[in-house]
Amino acid sequence: MNTEFESVIGLEVHAQLLTSTKIFCGCSTKFGNPPNSNVCPICLGHPGTLPVLNKKVVEFAVMLGLATNCSINERSIIARKNYFYPDLPKGYQISQFEEPICENGFIEIELEDKSKKKIRIKRIHMEEDAGKLIHDQGDDTLVDLNRCGTPLLEIVTEPDISNAKEAYSYLSSLKQILTYLEICDGNMEEGSLRCDANISIRPKGTIELGTRTEVKNMNSFRNVERAIDFEIERQIELVEEGGEVIQQTLLWNADLNEAFPMRGKEESHDYRYFPDPDLVPVVVDEIWKSELEKRLPELPQKRKVRFVTEYGIPEYDSEVLTSEKEIADYFEETVKTTKNYKSASNWIMVDVLKVIKDEKISITDFKLSPENLGKLINLINSNIISGKIAKEVFPEILKSNVDPEIIVKEKGLIQISDTSEIEKAIDEIISQNEKQVEEYKSGKDKVFGFFVGQVMRATKGKANPQIVNDLLKQKLSS
Amino acid sequence: MVLYRDHDEKLDLLKAGKLSLLENVKEFLKRIDANKDINAFNFVFEKDALESAEIIQEKIKSGKFGKLAGMVIAIKDVLSIQNKPLTCSSKILENFHSVYTATAVQKLINEDAVIIGKTSCDEFAMGSSNENSAFGPVKNPIDKTRVPGGSSGGSAAALAANLCDASIGTDTGGSIRQPAAFTGLIGLKPTYGRVSRFGLTAYASSFDSIGPFAKNSSDLPKIMDVLSGQDLNDSTSISSSSIIDEDISKIKIGVPKEFFAAGLDTEIKSRIDQIISILEKNFEIVEIELPNTKYSIAAYYILTTAEASSNLSRYDGVRYGHRSKSNINLQDLYESSRSEGFGDEVKRRIMLGTYVLSAGYYDAYYRKAQKVRRIIKNDFEKAFDKVDLILSPTTPTTAFKIGEKTDDPLSMYLNDIYTTPANLVGIPAISIPIGNDSNNLPIGLQFMANIFEESKLIAVSKFIENNLVKK
Ligand SMILES: [Zn+2]
Repeated sequence: MNTEFESVIGLEVHAQLLTSTKIFCGCSTKFGNPPNSNVCPICLGHPGTLPVLNKKVVEFAVMLGLATNCSINERSIIARKNYFYPDLPKGYQISQFEEPICENGFIEIELEDKSKKKIRIKRIHMEEDAGKLIHDQGDDTLVDLNRCGTPLLEIVTEPDISNAKEAYSYLSSLKQILTYLEICDGNMEEGSLRCDANISIRPKGTIELGTRTEVKNMNSFRNVERAIDFEIERQIELVEEGGEVIQQTLLWNADLNEAFPMRGKEESHDYRYFPDPDLVPVVVDEIWKSELEKRLPELPQKRKVRFVTEYGIPEYDSEVLTSEKEIADYFEETVKTTKNYKSASNWIMVDVLKVIKDEKISITDFKLSPENLGKLINLINSNIISGKIAKEVFPEILKSNVDPEIIVKEKGLIQISDTSEIEKAIDEIISQNEKQVEEYKSGKDKVFGFFVGQVMRATKGKANPQIVNDLLKQKLSS
Repeated sequence: MVLYRDHDEKLDLLKAGKLSLLENVKEFLKRIDANKDINAFNFVFEKDALESAEIIQEKIKSGKFGKLAGMVIAIKDVLSIQNKPLTCSSKILENFHSVYTATAVQKLINEDAVIIGKTSCDEFAMGSSNENSAFGPVKNPIDKTRVPGGSSGGSAAALAANLCDASIGTDTGGSIRQPAAFTGLIGLKPTYGRVSRFGLTAYASSFDSIGPFAKNSSDLPKIMDVLSGQDLNDSTSISSSSIIDEDISKIKIGVPKEFFAAGLDTEIKSRIDQIISILEKNFEIVEIELPNTKYSIAAYYILTTAEASSNLSRYDGVRYGHRSKSNINLQDLYESSRSEGFGDEVKRRIMLGTYVLSAGYYDAYYRKAQKVRRIIKNDFEKAFDKVDLILSPTTPTTAFKIGEKTDDPLSMYLNDIYTTPANLVGIPAISIPIGNDSNNLPIGLQFMANIFEESKLIAVSKFIENNLVKK
């Protein structure tokens, strides 16, 4: 008799914060500087140095807590996590353990069947990042401590996630919130967002949690999905073969599509957490909290709903547009210039996003201003140019961000809506193509397209297509 | 050598041109050289001291000078001074130089003190005899067969032997007051947070305080005022009002009976009784209870070693300090560097501290000790509702012989029995010399005050200085 298993997953996410200075010293957090140049006696752990908490980090933590429905602890404790490693100058990482800054929140995700599920957040805490070891420079291992002291938030869920798809969806939502708050760039590939998964299985319908393993080192959303699927399958196979899951840490190898156990010694840590005597408890009073609450931007879920009701665009459009704050901002800027919301949505979803994808840039680097896109849309709406011409104008204004009205005028692309001019062209074409006229009259409707094409060619595409259609029909049937 | 009673007098002499600061510093340097056997100094900054003497001399001439102008000060070698060695009397930091200056030291320099050198101490300030130094024990100038106390033994010995005008020590469980008592000096441990710890090599961060040794009650508040102040580099530092000449005629002094129980040397006890009988004529003296102070030593050694075990993790041979030649792999590098670099007492405390923080022991030791700390704090809060000052012996014995307790750490720890409560509670405490025992060894009397009431401590110190005939 085969037992059916279900999987239980909890995620621990580390988000690197976009503060300009480190969490406990004044060093820059700038990425890409020469090794060991963003350092000072404090982040190097020189004797006698003391950490001073960066207020911005507290603010970011509280903002994320509020955005994820957490309760904010008025008093939270900074703790030391003790272990030896060459990338950790003090021999301990300053973090939080008992009494973290945020607790008991949730993020709502949408399942495939469109139903909603709450993933509970157990805690969010502040901590410092470690440095980096560099192994590929000859025989020696080198240490770069630039990253050491970069502020992180660790976001820990309850074991509420049932499968890899849900994990993916949770991560996307979390990333969306982080980027909406502008506190983390959410880039997993570059390590500014890191995810570890705690995974266990149990016979379907049972309550007790099975022994869990922790999978680390997944550096993309896709890898998180793959690693979770792999580990669930591995555990099920193991149990079905009569084996037993042992508590261990596995490292995901994306090249081999497999997770391998970490060497035993590195995971048998007793971190000996205790309150850091160098730092006083962090106090977030009601006044500060409500100040931060006021500073919260509109969050993605709310914005998505509002786009549907306010602009009357389809839910699908709204989802795409609000997927990133900057795209949503671009849309809202565009519709300040044009009232054709659906058209604006189409242009952004199709044309703008295609350019961004092709050129691998972010929308903030997109040259065409929303105002000029709005003007372009208005030119179509007011029949000054045709949609077809607009598609030709778009690449031209893209790079230089010129006013489309000027381009259209300069290049003489203004649509011909003057019926007499179009009539003249139609008459000429009809007289030159008697055979096709015969065909049309004998019921071959297809030939109609031929006439439209000819008229457009004669007017260099500038003829108002609606007028061309109407006049052609009129003339051909007379 | 031109003699002066205190810094006020020295400054007058300097201003009047009756004393040359350069000659004065040269004299100190000569004396330091002649008293090398005491081993008070780890490093003497001859060149810098002479240079700053000349500069400060000029400043005094010009009439624009700092509050401590010309005061020659020795600094315990746990405080950072830019481009100067910092060893903490440990082999693990034997070739380390600081890249920045501790806030407390910078404040002294800013007020035109002359920094003459760095003094020996117990390794990483762990000890009560100054025998735990990688550079050998320090001798008590009063009796060179005896210890000067610790951990700030070098600072105490340097001042007691007249090798400087004043010195700076640190006090985690009595490390200023006990050596002050053993060498006949005044030593003040200020309120926790009054002096920035930035630049002080941490032993136990929630206990460590920086304070002065002085020979008189007028230099002490001057130095204390300069050292004090909130520092943006130390989140645990607190701003405080400056020390005033406080009228203590109406104060109440509490005498806790727990501090006069078994273990206290009879000569010390009878001398203190004498003092109390004199004080009684001027102040109201009442018996008080501090019932939970009997747990002080236990709580102190759990909490300080816990913090120390973490604070000393940075000395791993990776970035600076001693690195073992045996380093076949990372684990070996850590183990050999630390085994070779640390002395026995430091290792003992790191192990103890690691143990009390370990999974399964944290609640029984660390958390319980934190509770005890709070309970002791409550004892003192209640006591200070009734009295202004608490009087007690500083030490259970006078200075003991070098080597006498080195094989008996527990009896060494018990030497801190009267001093550790002030550090657990964070209150200020002073040790004042009140005469000698039959071996001619100094006896110290301790007063403790409520937080930020250093003024009362200094006032009572002045009173004793002016009114008690020293035996
Ligand atoms: Zn730094």
